[in-house]
Amino acid sequence: MLSASDLRKGLKVQIDGSPYIVTDFEFSKPGKGQALYRTKMRNMISGNQLVKTYRSNDKFEKAELDEKKMQFLYSQGEEYHFMDTENYEQLFLTKEQLGENINFLIDNMEVEVLFYDSQPIDVTLPIFVNLEVTRADPWAKGDTSGNDTKPVTVQTGYELQVPPFVEEGDRIQIDTRTGQYVTRVKE
Amino acid sequence: MLDSDGLHLRAAFFRCIRTFFYQQGFLEVDTPVRQPVYLPESNIVPLASEQQYLQTSPELCMKRLLAAGNNKIMQICPCFRKEERGRLHQEEFQMLEWYRTGADYHQLMLDCEVLLRFLLDSLLPQQLPGGGAGHQLFPGVTLTASWPRITVAEAFSRYSPIPLVQALQQDRFDEILVERLEPHLGHGVPVFLYDYPAELGSLAKRRRDNPAVAERFELYIDGVELANGFSELTDAGEQRSRFVQEIATIKESTGREPMMPERFLTDLGQLDTAAGIAMGLDRLFMLAINRQHIAEAVTFSPEDFL
Repeated sequence: MLSASDLRKGLKVQIDGSPYIVTDFEFSKPGKGQALYRTKMRNMISGNQLVKTYRSNDKFEKAELDEKKMQFLYSQGEEYHFMDTENYEQLFLTKEQLGENINFLIDNMEVEVLFYDSQPIDVTLPIFVNLEVTRADPWAKGDTSGNDTKPVTVQTGYELQVPPFVEEGDRIQIDTRTGQYVTRVKE
Repeated sequence: MLDSDGLHLRAAFFRCIRTFFYQQGFLEVDTPVRQPVYLPESNIVPLASEQQYLQTSPELCMKRLLAAGNNKIMQICPCFRKEERGRLHQEEFQMLEWYRTGADYHQLMLDCEVLLRFLLDSLLPQQLPGGGAGHQLFPGVTLTASWPRITVAEAFSRYSPIPLVQALQQDRFDEILVERLEPHLGHGVPVFLYDYPAELGSLAKRRRDNPAVAERFELYIDGVELANGFSELTDAGEQRSRFVQEIATIKESTGREPMMPERFLTDLGQLDTAAGIAMGLDRLFMLAINRQHIAEAVTFSPEDFL
């Protein structure tokens, strides 16, 4: 059993017989008042949005999903193909099913594929992934905006903010939960 | 983690607040962070430490010091509230509290105005490391004009889809406050929301001319709740019966059973008129340096340990 205080982005819960993933979450609480857990969720089967505010005493069941370790092979158009490394069986998920995960998927990456009623519906990525910077503009010195970051593009086409010392060709670690830069990787 | 400029600014900010209260004749006190009793409030959960508790606020000890004859006291200390984590919440945070005898909540509202203007005037950007454009404090907020005051009843009639009475009956007060009222409060100029329904201020004194409301207020800037102040309930008998009620509510909803703060109630009997306020300093600093998340305004945030 999960409670409202376990809610966070990416959590998968069972509501009215369907699995939902939390896509947006905000904790609010007037100092002397009740804790409010304002939550946006996506039905992992139908894609429908659910917006709801929960209270501390609300309880949840974990979504009834099966997981299997698989390897990402390649993408072709809207299809992303994965392989079971034990029996070499292959399957694919659509770009829509994968959502923001496609920003961090690179060939041969090991992921957990999630199944609901034997149907693949999503993947869980490693928390940290290392990706190569394919485009970085030199940092404009004398930038006084107070933001000591600059935008770069990584090999998947994903764009993010990094410290100014990161250069084209560097490998950087990204937190897949937040999509944010963690550190530069020495290899 | 704050960078060196941020650390200097935060240090200057704390120093200025202390200077202000010293100049106003307040006595700075320090009370135990860990205590055997805690304030029985149904919506605030303490963190346990061995057989004791980390304070959710220094309120009980501060009022005992007031009762002992100290007329103007202040404290800056860490407070802890379990499972409060979000854009504006961390389980541990820095609280400023100040108390006055012979005063009511209107005096505290004046204190807030004078304190924030003092901060703005004292923390001149050019005197700070890395000063200049990046360090304009409270950008977009005018602190010099007098701050508007709006009662909870007025705010509900202006912004709520349902009347205040109905919101209370349906247990939707907090939800409407957060989702409908707060987004309108304190843009461009700070605002005081005041005269809360009496049942929502368990340590606040009721208004003599309108016992349905308590002499309690909250300060808002940019939709962010910054401070909660009130005229103190000093009737120990009424305070005890309100605690009995709170303790019963807590027991019913959580199974916890907080102890009655007996020594506090005994001392409260010695206290005449008084008023006190608690202000979240991490939030105030966050607004001063124009950040959107509390984690960007504190020296170390929980993320810095991941």
